Amino acid sequence: MVSGIKLSKRDRIFLICTYTYVAIALLLVAYPILYIISASISDPKMVASGEMWLLPKGITFKGYEIVFQNSKIWTGYGNTILYTLLGTTINLVVTMPAAYALSRKDFVGRGFFMGMFMVTMFIGGGLVPTYMLVKGLGMVNTMWALVLPGAASIWNIIVSRTFFANSIPAELQDAAQIDGATNIRLFLRIVLPLSMPIIAVMALFYGVGHWNSYFGAMIYLNDDAKYPLQLVLRQILVLQEMQSQVGGIIDATAAAAQNNKAEIASLVKYGVIIVSTLPIIVVYPFLQRYFVQGVMIGSVKG
Amino acid sequence: MQETEKMHLRTINSHKNVKRKFKGQTWKKIRQNWELYIFIAPAFFYFLIFSYGPMYGIQIAFKNYIPSKGYFGSEWVGFDHFIRFFNSYYFWDLLWNTLSISLYELAIGFPIPIILALAFNEVKDGFFKRLVQTVTYAPHFISVVVMAGMIITFLSPSNGMIIHAIEGLGFSAPQFLTSPGWFKTMYVFSGVWQSAGWGTIIYLAALSGVDPGLHEAAIIDGASRFQRVRHINIPTLIPTMTILLILNMGGLLSVGFEKILLLQNSLNMSSSDVISTFVYRSGLVDAQYSFSTAVGLFNSIVNCILLITVNQIVRRTSENSLW
Repeated sequence: MVSGIKLSKRDRIFLICTYTYVAIALLLVAYPILYIISASISDPKMVASGEMWLLPKGITFKGYEIVFQNSKIWTGYGNTILYTLLGTTINLVVTMPAAYALSRKDFVGRGFFMGMFMVTMFIGGGLVPTYMLVKGLGMVNTMWALVLPGAASIWNIIVSRTFFANSIPAELQDAAQIDGATNIRLFLRIVLPLSMPIIAVMALFYGVGHWNSYFGAMIYLNDDAKYPLQLVLRQILVLQEMQSQVGGIIDATAAAAQNNKAEIASLVKYGVIIVSTLPIIVVYPFLQRYFVQGVMIGSVKG
Repeated sequence: MQETEKMHLRTINSHKNVKRKFKGQTWKKIRQNWELYIFIAPAFFYFLIFSYGPMYGIQIAFKNYIPSKGYFGSEWVGFDHFIRFFNSYYFWDLLWNTLSISLYELAIGFPIPIILALAFNEVKDGFFKRLVQTVTYAPHFISVVVMAGMIITFLSPSNGMIIHAIEGLGFSAPQFLTSPGWFKTMYVFSGVWQSAGWGTIIYLAALSGVDPGLHEAAIIDGASRFQRVRHINIPTLIPTMTILLILNMGGLLSVGFEKILLLQNSLNMSSSDVISTFVYRSGLVDAQYSFSTAVGLFNSIVNCILLITVNQIVRRTSENSLW
């Protein structure tokens, strides 16, 4: 912060403590992640015995082979990509124009709309009435049940509205209107091109949400072929269904012992964790700035 | 725009009375900006259908809902479902589990991001700081299913990583996944691992707004770094802390039920069953629609009361309340 002044003894001790604390936090968070990466390519025997504790040992790609051969995982991947793209598009189409309208001071009724939307932050219908509504609309076992009930989040509308209100100069809009531009033209040609940062943030927030969600799919979908990745992962990681499936594969190749199956199954688990989280983990460091921006805009009360 | 509007006002003012003028202006704004109503329409209908629609369905909490009879045909039973819930043998267990998990989470998960943010703020800008931030934010993006999978794998009694570590230190490892006594700790600490880093962002934003002059003045007065953190940085965070605390209190009865549902098993049920997982099970699995709607409604009413109460208390004692 303020440098150039020689550190006193107590400041040096304080800084050493701070850096130690931060370094411990770093290690605690990083270690499980590194462990999973290493375990996914290590000999499962060494993982199970605890011999592999940081760097991969007895490197094998068997886990990934099984993961890539599993058609369920690929179907799930495809479904998730579809739901994420469709869902995020709907989210943006609902959120952006509404947030822009709410950012306009000359929009008659914005207090009413804002109030109506905000109430839903605190009061909701609850799980069962929502389920019955979705069922009543005939959306059960269709992808619409996953993308429409969460088509907008009031939080994201507020964040975008704050951005529009603070970052698009009102004079620009006035000038465009005097020149006879309609509101639609103004929004599409002037406001949106200036709002790429917030569009990126919103697309990321909504997109990650769709990618990671499982609960909607669990209650609304009953057809395996429509399952998103997270639901397939739930079967493998939480319900441990891979054990028997892997067993089948192993038995076909060699007469393997029971605990060998379990070892392969856990190898597969590390593999699917990596494969399913990879897109986000790879993209994330590049987009981190935008995510952080999004949280910051949200924290400025608008 | 303002200029033209003012001129407009003046001309209208000259031959019409004040009331008519305002009406005329509002009407003119509505006509001029009619497209904005198209902009808001999708969101309006979304909230109307998917947020207000279910609120209409809450009435079945007071009815004996039978799907074939529909909302209207089902008979009213008043508070029967609520009374049945309050008198059930599991009521106090559910309430206790829900509250204790929430408060445990609050006690551990609330201060850690604050301390972490204060520490991050002292670290010099550069590679190390960027690395720490990138790594600690990352778990936020891990899905709840993968998180649960990681917990189950790491704590697996035969070959879990954490079990190996504990045994390596010479202790005997408990059965984390299946013992009720460990469920809450497992839930809370995995949550801290996943979200403490991300939680610092909002505090770091507040810290970046500190006037550097304050620090300079404090240095001249001979304040140590610790004293500056204590007397400048921490007071800066208090408004943010208060707001987040109020919001957290308002959610005391809505614990992260997606993760609990995944970690729940028949052996740890006695400490892992919370109100929201109970609503899911009785409502969607056992199809007791009316009863579970009543339980859900009880849950949200308590949340609302808590939020309002805490906000009132805060408003009396400081100026940082939500409203």
